[in-house]
Amino acid sequence: MTTDTGRARRPAVDGWFTLDGEPALLGSRCTGCGTYAFPAQEGFCRNPACTSTEHTPTPLSRHGTIWSYTDARYQPPAPFVAPDPYVPFAIAAVELAAEQMVILGQMVAGVGTDGLRVGMPVELVVDTLYADPERGDDVVVWKWKPAGGTPASTTGSTAASTPGGGDHGA
Amino acid sequence: MARDTSRSVAVLGAGMHPWGKWGRNFVEYGVAAATEALRDAGIEWRDVQFVAGADTIRNGYPGFVAGATFAQALGWNGARISSSYAACASGAQAINSARAQILAGFCDVALVVGADTTPKGFFAPVGGERKSDPDWLRFHLIGATNPTYFGLFARRRMDLYGATPQDFAAVKVKNARHGLSNPNARYRAEVTVDDILASPVVADPLHLLEICATSDGGAALVLTSTEFARRHGVTGPMVTIDAVSTVTPTFPQTRIDMPDISTDSGVTAPPGASGGFKPAVIAAAYDEAGIGPDDLGLAEVYDLSTALELDWYEDLQLCKEGEAERLIRDGDTTIGGRIPVNPSGGLACFGEAIPAQAIAQVCEVVWQLQGRAAGRQVEGATVGITANQGLFGHGSSVIVSR
Ligand SMILES: [Zn+2]
Repeated sequence: MTTDTGRARRPAVDGWFTLDGEPALLGSRCTGCGTYAFPAQEGFCRNPACTSTEHTPTPLSRHGTIWSYTDARYQPPAPFVAPDPYVPFAIAAVELAAEQMVILGQMVAGVGTDGLRVGMPVELVVDTLYADPERGDDVVVWKWKPAGGTPASTTGSTAASTPGGGDHGA
Repeated sequence: MARDTSRSVAVLGAGMHPWGKWGRNFVEYGVAAATEALRDAGIEWRDVQFVAGADTIRNGYPGFVAGATFAQALGWNGARISSSYAACASGAQAINSARAQILAGFCDVALVVGADTTPKGFFAPVGGERKSDPDWLRFHLIGATNPTYFGLFARRRMDLYGATPQDFAAVKVKNARHGLSNPNARYRAEVTVDDILASPVVADPLHLLEICATSDGGAALVLTSTEFARRHGVTGPMVTIDAVSTVTPTFPQTRIDMPDISTDSGVTAPPGASGGFKPAVIAAAYDEAGIGPDDLGLAEVYDLSTALELDWYEDLQLCKEGEAERLIRDGDTTIGGRIPVNPSGGLACFGEAIPAQAIAQVCEVVWQLQGRAAGRQVEGATVGITANQGLFGHGSSVIVSR
């Protein structure tokens, strides 16, 4: 699988999402109680009322609504791999209606918090997390994108490439 | 509800090493706090039978065995020990460990100590590649720091309840004013709403001055059975710990929380079943002490961010959901108001010294109830509560009365 730049794509974590066609997160559903889990659960069920140990791999809903949102104005520390120069990005916690769960993810590049609202519909895409210069490929991850195509707004010009705030950020 | 003091333990002494960025060994802060608490209690170290240490995970092996580390530093006296790690609730777990030993009759006199030396910058996960550790994965896959979660909770308040950046800033202005003359606080300076809103945004909508720093510091308590306290000659009203809630969430936990990337699925829950984790932590404390929010004279809550303090108002049942902004706007939670919150100055003035923080919250409530909180005294309080939350399903609430 390659990007439109022709570079090979490699998932940042194995088995958590599909890459081809319309991508989806890969969760699981308990055969005993029907509860969903992401990432996929193996061996035991987290529902205290359920003793099942069988889980069926299940692609999760590709569409959801924003539970809440924020952004990362300062470069997160390792093991986050940041581009140089750092570009701030928005993050959304997204509610999946069928699964009744909330999943965190970056918003796609170019979408800032100004255009986001609680309850806004979004869809799942797979996008570059960072480019690996050693292997010459793109490491990819799931991200959320406003449903309906065009980004609602762009991230402002308040980019900060260093954590100038000293020791803040408990 | 009937007030229940049948399982209370006495607080004989409280002590702290001032918060700061001192850069010295955490053991030094713990020993200083313990020594002050013992002096305050009028108890000799050799008479301490149990030491409950709150662990730090950023200071090597001595931090993982904090109970032994502090006992050795004070000079081995044969006391039994425990060492607790529960993220931000570590201090409360240590208090609970000491309380259980006393109430079970295994000891009369226990010392609780927590101290930390912190690195600069965002709290990052401990080193190494760990693709099965959610704390590692949230940084690697998403770049989700702790302020990310604070930002999510703050934005939700804005969109759902009409909170404004000014409301959040007002929490910081209040806490900064409360902590002005607190000798143990790290930041002692007034700030204005304009100062706060002019500081850089870290995680929209929160600014740098709205997110708590990481600090060095130490806090300690001397706890005893109420019988011992009377024999020891406590005169005047005895300050007691009447409840220590350390309950975990109830499945399904459908509110996203640090450090998770996803929540439980709510499909198996009956409609309207989940009341939320933080309200459950507080409710268990009220239940254990047999009191309710109307009995409170003050509260020390975990203001990791300004907006999170507003969430706590609702979790403490000081108001209904969505009404916390009104409390800060009306001055209800300022010293002199209906229910002062964070008279110490809170994390806004202290910064977070993780294993010491939940203990420090109790120290402040104790001093407030004893009328020893010079420059920040809440008048007439007889009951105070602490509220705290950490990663991985940890939270705590301690109720103290006189
Ligand atoms: Zn199940």
